[in-house]
Amino acid sequence: MRYSVFSLLKNSFSGHKNWAPAWREPQPKKEYDVIIVGGGGHGLATAYYLAKEHGITNVAVLEKGWLGSGNIGRNTTIIRSNYLLVGNNPFYEWSLKLWEGLEQDFNFNAMVSQRGVLNLYHSDPQRDAYARRGNAMRLDGVDSELLDREAVREMAPFLSFDNARFPIMGGLLQRRGGTVRHDGVAWGYARGADLRGVDIIQNCEVTGIRIENGKVQGVETNKGYIGCKKLGLAAAGNTGEVAAMAGMKLPIESHVLQAFVSEGIKPYLDTVITYGVGHFYVSQSDKGGLVFGGDLDGYNSYARRGNMPTVEHVIEAGVAMIPGIARIRVLRSWGGIMDMSMDGSPIIDKTHVDGLYLNCGWCYGGFKATPASGWCFAHTIAKNEAHALNAPYRLDRFRRGYMIDEKGVGATPNLH
Amino acid sequence: MLIKCPYCGPRPSEEFTILGDASVRRPTSNDPATMDQWFDYVYLRDNPKGRYKEYWHHGGGCRSWLVVDRDTQTHEIFGTQAARDATLAENKKGNS
Ligand SMILES: Cc1cc2nc3c(=O)[nH]c(=O)nc-3n(C[C@H](O)[C@H](O)[C@H](O)COP(=O)(O)OP(=O)(O)OC[C@H]3O[C@@H](n4cnc5c(N)ncnc54)[C@H](O)[C@@H]3O)c2cc1C
Ligand SMILES: [Zn+2]
Repeated sequence: MRYSVFSLLKNSFSGHKNWAPAWREPQPKKEYDVIIVGGGGHGLATAYYLAKEHGITNVAVLEKGWLGSGNIGRNTTIIRSNYLLVGNNPFYEWSLKLWEGLEQDFNFNAMVSQRGVLNLYHSDPQRDAYARRGNAMRLDGVDSELLDREAVREMAPFLSFDNARFPIMGGLLQRRGGTVRHDGVAWGYARGADLRGVDIIQNCEVTGIRIENGKVQGVETNKGYIGCKKLGLAAAGNTGEVAAMAGMKLPIESHVLQAFVSEGIKPYLDTVITYGVGHFYVSQSDKGGLVFGGDLDGYNSYARRGNMPTVEHVIEAGVAMIPGIARIRVLRSWGGIMDMSMDGSPIIDKTHVDGLYLNCGWCYGGFKATPASGWCFAHTIAKNEAHALNAPYRLDRFRRGYMIDEKGVGATPNLH
Repeated sequence: MLIKCPYCGPRPSEEFTILGDASVRRPTSNDPATMDQWFDYVYLRDNPKGRYKEYWHHGGGCRSWLVVDRDTQTHEIFGTQAARDATLAENKKGNS
């Protein structure tokens, strides 16, 4: 059924008791044309675009937990396309364009809110760096504005402008950036894929990959063996473990990133603001809570929970930027496992195994990439070659020396 | 997390900085033929879920380099050794 104001009205007469489930819960078939490992945002988007753009519908998404149990349901929901280096902007801008049409496209309210993303600067060199980034964005056709102090003050008067060490001098603003309801993204793609015939199989953990004569045959799972012609890995933080099943060792480490939400307050912050001194980013959810985060904990982890020093660090940075939040109470905090790559950029590529495709390395910026990642991965799987948009994200770029290192910190996954 | 420094005793983790995987070995040759070894050393990681040996630096204490044996799933620390002792012990194992 299409969701619309009419379906809402109709169901309200029966007390909303007769809504059909948004997707089926099928048993796995013996074989599929394509299996995607990982029912996070990227896996579900891939299945959706395989069906919608390429007419490939004999597809299964295998998810070891429940839909949205991974990073897609844990992130701070920021979307933007404000990159500097060659290769990144066309991809992230395509993602932002897909976000702009997404809700109509998959007929689901994902609460895409282009409330703007503002990066603060605190010194002359930092302003120069942001001017350069803003110009690079404009060269790629992306919107960007360099704001001075007074323009920032108009947007967010509560910031700590006169901090003695780190006065706020201005900011780089991307008005088309913003936030999206992350769960809605998973559900929307799941429903859209399911409607087109994709089997979404939850509680189905892939435990082995069967390869014969250099070609993928299928996967072992806790629900038995399932055959496939092509296999796409989109396991985010667990990529290392899954790729090892195909004998691959990757330029990836798994790290924990924490996020926080405060008690609900009245409307206060109507954009996304990031601090230019410590790492801190914040927005306000529609329920009123401030949603914020900072850096990784820094040590390798699969634990989905972090430690106190990072909590303290993030909150210190937040209070330095907005002194007024010092008295707000934190309601919840949680962690997610990031697939940190060696240059901070993702990988969407074929592999040395025939029929095996890899999507990983999203670090902690992969939510905004969800639509383009799925779109490009679907193209790569369907056509057996990369699209121009994901051609820079090849796996062999590390060996060939074509890193895309936005932060310029080298092969140190925990610093990207 | 508390890390037990062999010199300073149990100290909070924020006194330390992590470098990463202690199992990687820097190749000894500059010969271009050893490219694969270099690639492996600089970029590829086992990234295990479970027990993991890693380098930490006690920058906020005695400033020595340590090898910490830690579980990446539970964050439990099983043991700590001075990096020098760990390498000497490993070299000895390799020679015998
Ligand atoms: C705290 C936090 C804040 C973040 N903030 C932002 C942000 O503001 N903006 C942004 O752009 N990005 C952000 N990110 C990053 C973003 O969430 C991730 O990069 C992105 O969600 C990863 O892709 P995914 O949605 O497919 O991952 P996931 O949702 O993690 O999907 C991977 C799935 O694979 C499944 N899986 C793993 N192994 C197996 C197996 N063997 N068999 C079957 N299934 C398996 C997992 O259960 C999981 O559901 C943040 C992440 C975190 C944790
Ligand atoms: Zn010490």
